[in-house]
Amino acid sequence: MSADTSSAIGSVESGPHYDVDNPAPLIEAPRKRTGKTPRATRGNFEMAAWLFMRLSGVLLVVLVIGHLIIQLVLDGGVSKIGFAFVAGRWASPFWQVWDLLMLWLAMLHGANGLRTVINDYAERPNTRLWLKGLLYAATVFTILLGTLVIFTFDPNIR
Amino acid sequence: MATPVLDKVEAESAASPYITVTFRVRRFNPEVSEHAVWEDFPIEIDPKERVLDGLHKIKWDLDGSLTFRRSCAHGICGSDAMRINGKNRLACKTLIKDINPEKPITVEPIKGLTVLKDLVVDMEPFFQAYRDVMPFLVTKGNEPTRERLQSAEDRERFDDTTKCILCAACTSSCPVFWNDGQYFGPAAIVNAHRFIFDSRDEAGEQRLEILNDKDGVWRCRTTFNCTDACPRGIEVTKAIQEVKRALITRRF
Ligand code: HEM
Ligand code: SF4
Ligand code: FES
Repeated sequence: MSADTSSAIGSVESGPHYDVDNPAPLIEAPRKRTGKTPRATRGNFEMAAWLFMRLSGVLLVVLVIGHLIIQLVLDGGVSKIGFAFVAGRWASPFWQVWDLLMLWLAMLHGANGLRTVINDYAERPNTRLWLKGLLYAATVFTILLGTLVIFTFDPNIR
Repeated sequence: MATPVLDKVEAESAASPYITVTFRVRRFNPEVSEHAVWEDFPIEIDPKERVLDGLHKIKWDLDGSLTFRRSCAHGICGSDAMRINGKNRLACKTLIKDINPEKPITVEPIKGLTVLKDLVVDMEPFFQAYRDVMPFLVTKGNEPTRERLQSAEDRERFDDTTKCILCAACTSSCPVFWNDGQYFGPAAIVNAHRFIFDSRDEAGEQRLEILNDKDGVWRCRTTFNCTDACPRGIEVTKAIQEVKRALITRRF
């Protein structure tokens, strides 16, 4: 292409100059399916995760709503919550099991939900890896810490 | 009382049926610019005509460079799915009067696929997912000398999903597909469903295994965009749920 004629037009437009021999990049989709896309499947993991979301969701309705009512509505609402209130509830194995179940289910449910969100929105493999690593680390840490507290809680601590 | 009413109808039909409709078309030409831009085309058209007729009018009378796919023009070939007023439809099955011609009618390429030019997208990833579910009859044993018989009830079981014309309106309306095009997408699952629930077919188990993949049916989030988009009225989301159920019940 002759530099003289094209520069006269090119200088008027902003940005690079495109034509038949030098087309602009196409507007690509974020991630594409190719001939290689269905890679090795991971057994029934995705099915188990899908089922778990629904089953844990049903249990969480009871556990979370019950929890919210006890903590925030009955007996004067939030103002009653204190060390003594928590110690009193955890004296009963029933509430220990309730809270333990709620901790595990909500954490695993929430973590799996966020895994879905990362799979949806993180485009580059590296971003996915790091976000999921962070997510799994935070989940394991919170579940272990919470479980430890429920089992080793000492109402007479000073 | 009847006479004046008749007169009024006659007077109206004598008037021109044409109105001015603005077509706001999303245009992209890599030989001109790296950006897609909206371009307005005011045209005179009978609102009882279809969006495809409007696009023809633009291409034939106003701007021959407007690029879009169409073949049959009668809702059969599935080549003119596009995003019209923000919703995926076939341009050849959408009447202008049904989509509020008072306001500009926006026409864009379907989302989630590479735009090649104007309204033309690269359908290859879509057809790759279709091929991956083995959309053909698989049988074992000797071929029958006559046709493969099937009861009316067995035929009814998958009737809905036989209607697919592979227009990609469903797959390109799915938010999971927009973000991660590696998902099989509704259309591939619909076409797997058509064979999984066919009593004559013997590869249902294999197809279920393919859709058990991490980019398979479990990515569906039940948003129902696909069912809303399908120009053939297929209950797409229901078909996906039936495949999920088959996957769960075959093991438990
Ligand atoms: C109250 C009872 C609950 C029910 C019935 C429930 C139910 C569900 C279901 C069925 C899904 C899957 C949606 C899909 O795949 O289309 C889901 C996703 C999710 N849940 Fe829950 N859930 C509950 C509580 C919770 C709690 C307590 C958390 C946080 C710890 C949580 C966090 C999430 C997240 C992050 C997702 C992913 C969102 C998405 O897929 O877009 N849920 N929930
Ligand atoms: S299921 Fe409907 S929307 Fe999807 S490709 Fe087939 S005809 Fe088009
Ligand atoms: S042109 Fe064939 S379906 Fe519209």
